Amino acid sequence: MNTWIATNIWLIPAVPLVMSLMILSLPNSARGLGAWFAIIGQILALAMSIFAFGSTLQAPGSATIQNFTWFTFGDSALRLGWILDPLAAAMLVMILLVGLCIFVFSVGYMTDDKNFKRFFGYLSFFSAAMLGVVIANSLLLLFICWELVGFASYLLIGFWIERPSAAAAAKKAFITTRIGDLGLFLGMLWLYHQSGTLLFYDDGKGCLEGGLALLGANTTFIALLIFFGAVGKSGQFPLHVWLPDAMEGPTPVSALIHAATMVAAGVFLVARVYPIFLVGAINGVTTSLTVVVWIGVITGLMAALIAIAQSDIKRILAYSTVSQLGLMMVSLGVGGVGAGIMHLLAHGFFKALLFLGAGSVIHGSHHEQDIRKMGGLRRVMPVTFLTYAVGMMALSGVPLIFSGAWTKEEVLHSAAHWPASRVPYFLLLAGVVLTALYMTRQVIYVFFGNRRQASEHARESSSVMTIPLIVLAICTVAFSIVLTPAWPWLHNYLTRESAHFDMAQLIQPMLILSFLLVAAGIGLGVAIYRRIALPDSHQLVDLDPIAKAQPALFGFLENKMWIDELYDRTVIALAKRAARVSDWMDRYFWDGLVRGFADLGQLFGFVMNSVDERGINAGVDETTAGTRGLGRLMSLAHSGQIQTYLGVIAIGMLALLLLYAWLA
Amino acid sequence: MTPTLQIFLIISAALFAIGLLAALSRHHAIFILIGIEMMLAAANLNFIAFWRFGPQAPQPVGVMIAIFSIAIAAAEWTVGLAMVIAVYRHFRTTNVDQLNQLKG
Repeated sequence: MNTWIATNIWLIPAVPLVMSLMILSLPNSARGLGAWFAIIGQILALAMSIFAFGSTLQAPGSATIQNFTWFTFGDSALRLGWILDPLAAAMLVMILLVGLCIFVFSVGYMTDDKNFKRFFGYLSFFSAAMLGVVIANSLLLLFICWELVGFASYLLIGFWIERPSAAAAAKKAFITTRIGDLGLFLGMLWLYHQSGTLLFYDDGKGCLEGGLALLGANTTFIALLIFFGAVGKSGQFPLHVWLPDAMEGPTPVSALIHAATMVAAGVFLVARVYPIFLVGAINGVTTSLTVVVWIGVITGLMAALIAIAQSDIKRILAYSTVSQLGLMMVSLGVGGVGAGIMHLLAHGFFKALLFLGAGSVIHGSHHEQDIRKMGGLRRVMPVTFLTYAVGMMALSGVPLIFSGAWTKEEVLHSAAHWPASRVPYFLLLAGVVLTALYMTRQVIYVFFGNRRQASEHARESSSVMTIPLIVLAICTVAFSIVLTPAWPWLHNYLTRESAHFDMAQLIQPMLILSFLLVAAGIGLGVAIYRRIALPDSHQLVDLDPIAKAQPALFGFLENKMWIDELYDRTVIALAKRAARVSDWMDRYFWDGLVRGFADLGQLFGFVMNSVDERGINAGVDETTAGTRGLGRLMSLAHSGQIQTYLGVIAIGMLALLLLYAWLA
Repeated sequence: MTPTLQIFLIISAALFAIGLLAALSRHHAIFILIGIEMMLAAANLNFIAFWRFGPQAPQPVGVMIAIFSIAIAAAEWTVGLAMVIAVYRHFRTTNVDQLNQLKG
């Protein structure tokens, strides 16, 4: 376990960080070099993380921890640390693999952008920050990297800053996640106050080990505050509003945010500090975990419903991410940490695949994102279509060879055995149907039927974009090998047990049930949207079949359940009013005070000035004039003729001699 | 006529007076330097005279002082001449009447 990389794990985020700084200090014209630096940084870090992953395999169930003192004040030292455990190692490999695919894809996608080099600098920075989150062994270090992730996402969502909507989306993402981060920050302070350490593991003294006993009755509040940070970052209800708007960024950024680097952080955080949530658990149920479950259920179902009525290809995927994150949260809440993280990893692959596929579609149809204007892309973009279909089936949960199906199955399995309530389980089953339905709808709109306005001149993307898609599709399929219940290698690796092969586990009633639900969802989607796939569907696409049948419901969903508007009327309106009051106070009350003091000072200065002018200055002037006159007089004696001086000296000497002679 | 202290002192005083006159009246800087050197010579003569006619000291103290003084005078000449050359280069003259930049 104590291999070189395990003890130098900090190198993994350091490499992309250094690359990012190097890229940003290159001249703007060094486009190719910038991209190469970023990709090489990813490859190096990926190689190191694979070695790190390998080192965790040698000794299952152990973790390498490197703590160090950041600074000391008085006799208490603030210590930070790195950790390499199965959770971190699996995340590292996933983030870097997905990141590498996205970086390569970006070379093709951003090829016409004038800030090409800067884009790669930001991407590298984003990746580095997320890697830091994963390997942090201190809540403080995690928080620092967490904020850097937020900052990087701000830069990237608002990358096309000249578009007002992009700037607004970046601001929204930043502020919304900051609200969550405030919770995390307060939770962190409280945790530190109670346990006296922020290190997760520290030879039995860390806040997840011996420190847990010190938390006492406040544990629930601390856990909920930390969870609030995760709610903001992972786009859970009620702070999910920023995630769909983050679509304003370039598509590779969306892929990175949704798959690897941003939203995963929240789920990861909950998994990392899971012992805090578990304190005082009765039968695996605590108040804080119950909150996690219900937030996850609400988010999952709500986002899946909204996704049905969206028409922007990326926005549908964004809501699917929100929904899937809800699923992961439920899994964590009901005790299935391994299942939740497995779904996070699998989701990372197929969601990156879907987003990059969407990017390829958007790139091919001249930056049109409205699925109603696409259609028939199946024939023109075969590679994109096939890989997208793999992603779609993984997301929907089509059985056997798609990784998402197995992990979703694991999550459902955990939810079914939650002792507190069976309701989340049934709601999740409804979510499975909805997911299959909206993904079917999207695929039918985009790839089937006639070619409409935007897709008339569409063509397949270049190989720099399709190869990452193929790689991710292969990952999505191949990943399922370690996920099946027959050989739950990954699950046991994460939960630190050893895996064994058991084919009989493959056949379970619940498995069949959820697969039936998936089939129902896809079948329902085909039934509803069948006519759009027909050749003469030009007029049909203007009105969604559901919108025709249930206009009110569809409008409600299309407008995202009016949540943005609700926030606009309540929280934002309140904030604006408070701002106006503060503005008035500042302008008239505080400014008046300051101005009064300023006037007093001015008056005092005026008095002092006249005293100075009339009194003191006059005396000084007189003295100066006298001194100057005397000086003028004295200078007359200085003729500049040294011989005169010498003569005067000689005469003086003579006079002194004579005086001496006379006196003696 | 046996040499006495008075004779040497009279000669020394005369030498000093001539040197002073030269330093005061000549216009050329080098002649002023020569005058100063004559005054120094008068002082050296006094040293030796007082030593020679004083209580017979075994050590040649007066001579040593005079030799030191001459050595220092040689060094002083070097500096003095260098200064004269520098002044000449700058002002194109060595006439001290015209070198009145220090005038108040």
